[in-house]
Amino acid sequence: MQVIGFISNLAMPMMILLIVIYGIAEKSKIFDTFLEGAKEGLEIVFTIFPTLVGLFVAIGALRTSGIIDLIVHFITPILNIVKFPSEIMPLAMLRPISGNASMAIATDIMKNYGVDSIFGTMASVIMGSTETTLYTIALYTSCIKVKKTRFVLIAALIADIVGIAVSVVVCRIMS
Amino acid sequence: MLNIVWPIFIIISFSYAILSGNIDALNSSIFDSTSDAVNLSIQLLGTICLWNGIMKIANKTTMIEKLTKLLKPIMKLLFPEINPNSNIHKEISMNMVANILGLGNAATPLGLKAMKSMQKENENKDTLTNSMAMFIVLNTASIQIIPTTVIALRSSLGSSNPTQIVFQVWIATICAAIARNFCNKDIYKIFKKGEMTCK
Repeated sequence: MQVIGFISNLAMPMMILLIVIYGIAEKSKIFDTFLEGAKEGLEIVFTIFPTLVGLFVAIGALRTSGIIDLIVHFITPILNIVKFPSEIMPLAMLRPISGNASMAIATDIMKNYGVDSIFGTMASVIMGSTETTLYTIALYTSCIKVKKTRFVLIAALIADIVGIAVSVVVCRIMS
Repeated sequence: MLNIVWPIFIIISFSYAILSGNIDALNSSIFDSTSDAVNLSIQLLGTICLWNGIMKIANKTTMIEKLTKLLKPIMKLLFPEINPNSNIHKEISMNMVANILGLGNAATPLGLKAMKSMQKENENKDTLTNSMAMFIVLNTASIQIIPTTVIALRSSLGSSNPTQIVFQVWIATICAAIARNFCNKDIYKIFKKGEMTCK
């Protein structure tokens, strides 16, 4: 467990260090490049902010209205069969559909149950290990105007289910 | 997609809250949610700016091109129909490396370029080729080494150890990637059989 925690913590600093050393070896104005990129980061946050406001209101309303509890209440018996925590279900359902909506839901889960709680960790791992499948497929097929996408959607969704299931299992084992 | 999902959320939750007499809670949740969005964005700003800056440096070096060489054996396995010396091959591997490094901004344009190059050689323009299908499915996998957005999110919410999930993310990603690969190949076989019996 300690080794795993050490590797996890080491990954990010090591990568920054490597990139900076690599950058110095190849290019002189490394800090200018950094600033250029950081400025783009600012724009990213500004562009997602309106989406976040809209979705936070919708998801906050879903939770406080009690409708999520109602839905969870109905699907819990089914989820119990496969031992899937119903607290995570809203995230699992939205993850392939919308990146921003799933980010808002994940934030909601982390806040409600605690970031470092088992559900907070599961939500983090799910967010980190899966992509916005439907968006990706739409983007890549529409750019070349292909209509017949064959098996792509099914294969990607099955893989998403595997990713989410493994996230849950891994978090259970390691906590 | 959100044009459909968002109104459904609003209509269902607002009407349910009104019907069940939960209006006070709904009102305060509306205002809490907007300020939550402000707080989260401000806290995310720092990490996202830092990471974008670092990744810009990686982007301007020859790092991506060098790493594509390491991918050659995997590429042969995943894209048997693509000539390893062609331009398409290079575009696909550069997209994969950018994805692995978490350079989303660089990966998408590279990926779209690769799709367009593959489309040029596609004989049946309205259907995806095997390589295109494999390429899209790979891009729906989150194969990045460091899940920066989640780490930023965790630290902004006051996690005692935001990077602690990295290892778990790797395991889940690898399992999903293996599933992706098998699904793609096996479903392709089933489809091929179906097409043959149709003929």
